[in-house]
Amino acid sequence: MCLGIPGRIVEITDAHRMTAMADVSGVKREVNVACVAEGDPAALVGRWALIHVGFAMALIDEAEAAATLEALRHLGEAQETLEQIAEGARALS
Amino acid sequence: MALRGDRVTLAHGGGGSAMRDLIEELFTGVFEPDGMEDQARLEAGALAEPGARLAFTTDSFVVSPVEFPGGDIGTLAVNGTVNDLAVGGARPLWLSAAFIIEEGTDFALLRRIVASMKREAERAGVRIVTGDTKVVGRGAADRVFVTTSGVGVIRPGRDIAAVHIRPGDVAIVNGVLGDHGACILAARGDLALSSDLQSDCAGLGHLMDAILAAAPGTKAARDCTRGGLASALNEMAEAAGVGIEIEETALPLRDEVKGTCELLGLDPLYLANEGRLVVFVPEVQAEAALAAMRAIETGTGATVIGRATEGPAGQVTMRTLIGGSRIVDMLVGEQLPRIC
Amino acid sequence: MRYVEEFRDPAAAKALIGRIGEVAEAIGATREGPVRIMEICGGHTHAIFRYGLDRLVHEGIEFIHGPGCPVCVLPMARVDEAVEIAERPGVIFTSFGDAMRVPGTKKSLLQAKAEGADIRTVYSPLDALELARRQPDREVVFFGLGFETTTPSTALTIQQAAREEIGNFTVFCNHITVPPPIKVLLDDPHMLLDGFIGPGHVSMVIGTHPYDFIPRDYGKPIVVAGFEPLDLLQSVLMVLEQIRDGRAEVQNQYGRVVPEHGNPVSLAAIADVYEPRPSFAWRGLGEIDASGLSIRPAYAAWDAEAKFGIGYGARRAREVAEPEGTRCAEVMTGRMKPTGCAMFGTACTPETPLGALMVSSEGACAAYWQYGGRRGPEAAE
Repeated sequence: MCLGIPGRIVEITDAHRMTAMADVSGVKREVNVACVAEGDPAALVGRWALIHVGFAMALIDEAEAAATLEALRHLGEAQETLEQIAEGARALS
Repeated sequence: MALRGDRVTLAHGGGGSAMRDLIEELFTGVFEPDGMEDQARLEAGALAEPGARLAFTTDSFVVSPVEFPGGDIGTLAVNGTVNDLAVGGARPLWLSAAFIIEEGTDFALLRRIVASMKREAERAGVRIVTGDTKVVGRGAADRVFVTTSGVGVIRPGRDIAAVHIRPGDVAIVNGVLGDHGACILAARGDLALSSDLQSDCAGLGHLMDAILAAAPGTKAARDCTRGGLASALNEMAEAAGVGIEIEETALPLRDEVKGTCELLGLDPLYLANEGRLVVFVPEVQAEAALAAMRAIETGTGATVIGRATEGPAGQVTMRTLIGGSRIVDMLVGEQLPRIC
Repeated sequence: MRYVEEFRDPAAAKALIGRIGEVAEAIGATREGPVRIMEICGGHTHAIFRYGLDRLVHEGIEFIHGPGCPVCVLPMARVDEAVEIAERPGVIFTSFGDAMRVPGTKKSLLQAKAEGADIRTVYSPLDALELARRQPDREVVFFGLGFETTTPSTALTIQQAAREEIGNFTVFCNHITVPPPIKVLLDDPHMLLDGFIGPGHVSMVIGTHPYDFIPRDYGKPIVVAGFEPLDLLQSVLMVLEQIRDGRAEVQNQYGRVVPEHGNPVSLAAIADVYEPRPSFAWRGLGEIDASGLSIRPAYAAWDAEAKFGIGYGARRAREVAEPEGTRCAEVMTGRMKPTGCAMFGTACTPETPLGALMVSSEGACAAYWQYGGRRGPEAAE
């Protein structure tokens, strides 16, 4: 249900049938882009999409991805600081 | 040359002159140009040394497609048996090759397969000394099936076997995993995947020689064919009665293999390899083994992936890339692409 | 692998695990009195065990494995019908790999294949359609399984088949929807749940609003999660923080893929091709209203149920008893762990599965066996 993998759309193979070639780490597979094409599918070339059973089902929102990673990075730094404080407190007690 | 036509017919399997012509031109003429008896008669010198042991193995090859990027059924047939002998600590000497050929198969295809076998045999330093040919009706075989049996010699005093593995022994593989399995999946065509992946099929006899020279305390080795690295490790853990722990971050994998696995929901640990082994060496000899492996063409990607442990006997576990732990079990049935 | 490996960073995972621990402590979650979080989607169950997350997070967190495994909830009768279609002469029966080993009352699709039926694994319904194009003299049937993630793919494929007037392609539709079984579980007074991890790829199609009823009517938090370890860990943290703060909301952790309002093209295709069945049988949950989809009459020519006179509409109350001693229903709905079933590891193993939970890669029993190394029934904790 859930097996989806990000792939980059590298070329449109049939604009009428809405098919394109997606590249997943060097492995290419033709996918249907009807779910993510708004108008001319050519605009999709270079975009990243979530691929599931041969369909590009959602475009990866690069800003959202960056925001999530940023939040995780901050959390990591905050956590590290907290742990250093805790360790410092332990050393003193 | 008396061979007529361009493809195999049932007449070529009839035992008569057509068959004789096929065998002589396509097989024995290539493998043993000086002539081949029905039974190979071989000097037993190497085997006669006191304490030497005969190693003997057999394997059948049914791969589809018969030709694929990086090899063909012939490459597999020679290297598969050579490797079986080599990982047992034997020096491979002689192979037999039996062919079951589907009616209608092109001579040109057979020539390519036999040329592959000749080339790989020369590389491995073995001779193909006897064989057999049968022809079956259309549909009764998938173009050609090959069975190779191999004989080798294990020199006196050498005993490489999984049962010798002890906790602390280090596990090393000779390169990236899963290339062959992923390549075949793509080559079959029914999943409509394309990539530059090639099979990793290769003979490992020279690699084993190098390992055993540099690390004389080597405990055991196994080639990671059907069922992949995971199956080999499970068998070894079971035989030795030890646990094995591997590190997910240490597993060498090509991007394309990762991509294939992620797309299809497969686990690279179970993908077949045809030129990969896992070897267990005592910890103190690990550096030496690695250096020796990396100096050989088939070992440039050698890397440590884990070690034997005191853990539950027969159990293989993996420390996941985020620091968790999971069991790496024996494969049940065949890995099928999944969507969930 | 972009957008994948960044979400597997070990250092970030460690930080998240640390933070989860702190919040779990603050809530007062303990091993004996845990916070019970249900991951609805089978793909999340698989990921939790594949990465060992269940043992990495604070011991006061208990993952309750939900029914979001479409193979696990497929009634045996439907497998029998699939086999029946596959065994008809001239049929090429195509299926995702997931369904091939699920036992029916007599056999699985894989066993039927061994007995001579032309059954093939495909990666995409589009590949099944292509097969129909290439083999016009054969009847190609596609086993349409799955929740809303997969439903648009078969809908779009049927629309394509209709456009091209392909006459030898049908879909055996067994698509189901996520919200109804969640409601069933929430209405069950025996289910004690503190929060949910919502299915990331189902939500990619339906958006996040279909889950509004969970906080609104039941006061439980739900966080829609991605599938990488950092996604799951971050989502667990978000659920815990809601609990700590006394909030109950729908949150979207998987914003890089999940749009709030879902995918319009997918939703339109589903609405065009499918209609809800009045009710549908779920293995382990019984009949649930408006939880399954059937193909609309306008597309009857591509409906395997219509073409073969088979299936849910045609042969209603065919009750198939569960194999004796199995507790699939309880395990699937999170009321019991796999190790609580006496058949686990005894009569029911991956080699001799009695139920779909041991066969499906998303099934809790398969995960416990394969990744968790549990090999037999254990005394209740």
